[in-house]
Amino acid sequence: MSDTDNTPQLYAAREPIFPRRVKGRFRTLKWIIMGLTLGIYYITPWIRWDRGPNLPDQAVLVDLANRRFYFFMIEIWPHEFYFVAGLLIMAGLGLFLFTSALGRVWCGYTCPQTVWTDLFILVERWIEGDRNARIRLLRSPWSARKIRLRLTKWTVWLLIALATGGAWVFYFTDAPALLHDLLTGEAHPVAYMTIFILTATTFTFGGFMREQVCIYMCPWPRIQAAMMDEDTITIGYRWWRGEPRGKRRKGADVEGLGDCIDCNACVNVCPMGIDIRDGQQLECITCALCIDACDEVMDKIGKPRGLIDYLALSDEEAERAGKPVKPIWKHIFRPRTLFYTALWSAVGIALVVALFIRSPIDVRVSPVRNPLYVTLSDGSIRNTYDVRLRNMHGEDREFTFSITADVPLELSLEGEDDLTVLVPADSTKKQRVYVTAPRGSPAATAERTGFRLWIEDAESRERAYKDTTFSGKAD
Amino acid sequence: MTKEPRKAAPRKAEKKQKQKVETTGHSWDGIEEYNNPLPRWWLWTFYATIIWGVGYMIAYPAWPLLERATPGILGFSTRSDVAEEIRRFDEMNAPLERKLVEASFEEVLADEELKSFATHAGSAVFQTWCIQCHGSGGQGAKGYPNLLDDDWLWGGDLESIHTTIMHGVRSEADEETHTGDMPAWADVLEPEEIDSVVEYVLQISGQEADTGLAEAGKVVFEDNCTACHGDDGSGDRDLGAPNLTDAIWLYGGDREAVKESVLKGRKGVMPNWNARLSEADIKAVALYVHQLGGGE
Repeated sequence: MSDTDNTPQLYAAREPIFPRRVKGRFRTLKWIIMGLTLGIYYITPWIRWDRGPNLPDQAVLVDLANRRFYFFMIEIWPHEFYFVAGLLIMAGLGLFLFTSALGRVWCGYTCPQTVWTDLFILVERWIEGDRNARIRLLRSPWSARKIRLRLTKWTVWLLIALATGGAWVFYFTDAPALLHDLLTGEAHPVAYMTIFILTATTFTFGGFMREQVCIYMCPWPRIQAAMMDEDTITIGYRWWRGEPRGKRRKGADVEGLGDCIDCNACVNVCPMGIDIRDGQQLECITCALCIDACDEVMDKIGKPRGLIDYLALSDEEAERAGKPVKPIWKHIFRPRTLFYTALWSAVGIALVVALFIRSPIDVRVSPVRNPLYVTLSDGSIRNTYDVRLRNMHGEDREFTFSITADVPLELSLEGEDDLTVLVPADSTKKQRVYVTAPRGSPAATAERTGFRLWIEDAESRERAYKDTTFSGKAD
Repeated sequence: MTKEPRKAAPRKAEKKQKQKVETTGHSWDGIEEYNNPLPRWWLWTFYATIIWGVGYMIAYPAWPLLERATPGILGFSTRSDVAEEIRRFDEMNAPLERKLVEASFEEVLADEELKSFATHAGSAVFQTWCIQCHGSGGQGAKGYPNLLDDDWLWGGDLESIHTTIMHGVRSEADEETHTGDMPAWADVLEPEEIDSVVEYVLQISGQEADTGLAEAGKVVFEDNCTACHGDDGSGDRDLGAPNLTDAIWLYGGDREAVKESVLKGRKGVMPNWNARLSEADIKAVALYVHQLGGGE
């Protein structure tokens, strides 16, 4: 294989990126959002919520072992997993909505990859200095100082990564108890393994992979492009104002030059290593740091802000043509975003309604079909039903069985003298139920007879029922 | 700063921008292929998977040979995994099994955990050893008793069921087995005596019968059958003699079937399971059968 002539390289090494420090509105907003999101992530597992003596007191808990999901006053059982599915659908639709209105704000402000990378870059800047110092350090040969700086940086990164992985496991079991077990080495190997894997991925993704994750590993950049159109407010460069760009040298002819002084501030602060003046591109996560950088420069040279700005493609074109631009609300409220909002609200309302109408007790009936019926010594016909009772209350409850039917049917329970069963707190209980039709009675001789099986909570008088059928000995 | 639009400049710059992307140099009918190089680490990841694959083949069973696959140096096998898992569960269940053997039936029923364990274990034993005759639902078949109803040949309380499973019915291998035959009456009774006693049995079980013949059959019954089936035909559990007055028939309750039973006699056999099953298994399956719906 010859590499000599113009055979193109099919693989490229990563170009290191050294984002410069920047100050401004959006940088401040990003610091606030970073504080909020990291705060929520680290603190949530430690919030307590009293649910009574039989249930865990952790406000947010994914109890995989007992198959329960607790979220403050809400407790989700496995059969209610549609709530989780609904929330995921809402998250998806919400992402569509925000992307079509405001571009990739998720990527730029709240995506964990962005937040942690931002944090890692902050640490890097503290230890190794700003952009130019870091470039110098990279190019300098290995020395005691370089080793010391690198080791310090990696150690801090590793500690952050460890805290990230460490916080994750607290969502799955009682946090204080797990912390104790983790520190004394008594925790389950799965906990250590999870922490190890998440520590490794955080360390690698935040410290070394960074923009590579967004560009090559994440599917969102590809998908989200489909949500955007010319009305989407995203980050853009005002060509008509900036071009032709050129440096302002003393005494040089600045006549005919645009506002862009080609200082590369927007490029230097970009964590993705791109030039926003090339237009919207796959790599841009719309973190808005280039806006802050450019505004700073515009202030210095006494030009109006907003050479790089949040703006829609249609606005940029209108400005270029000297036409009036659309007001912001017309960009935000348009059929597409209203449609996403309507879908999002519909799912949300459905979930809230489902949450309020769900019953804390329930009964499931499955008729035993092997065999369909049993003939008893007095000639009566008996059917058996496997019944599952569900008690979602935080205390033990007694349920009383009854049936309603148009024909004589008699009810009895396996292992119980009466028609009452105790179901422990927050659990289900399987109970075998017998229904007997007297010899020669309508139900005993008909192939199928419908009836309704009821349970009633002896304490709260709540009732639940299931319709099922009785199989007789038809000739 | 003038806000005059500068249309020409951006177009030129955009054009320049487009030319920046290299092509691979391939061209088909004027269609060129852009070259957007993959990151190098992606390539390394690809090589790493190859190395991993080689390591996997060395460590785990991989190449199929004539007899079996190459075993791999880790000695992994799903079969030994299953064996290990079974051993682990046996170990886990051992204390419960011991408890089950030592406890009386009353104690088992009072202990929710033990009861649940016994019922589940019993179900597994039943599905392995008993369903061949008694059916997977325990509903039995002709000649094999239905275990769901309230009629029992040898008793339906826990102790009786346990004894029956332990020692079997007419099982030659066990001296303590249940014994008691229904003889074949073909050589003992006259044909008309047999016909009449059949009518009598139909009558006492509440079925349509020839009252005249039944009248005569009553005498035959009292002379020959009451020793086992009792004066009123309600049977005797010590002898395994079925109740003839109820609605349940092991070999069928119509005229033909009853007559066949009288002519040929009946002696069904059940193995003594103490020879095959552990004490805990027998106790578990007794508890399982007892809670199927017929237990007394």
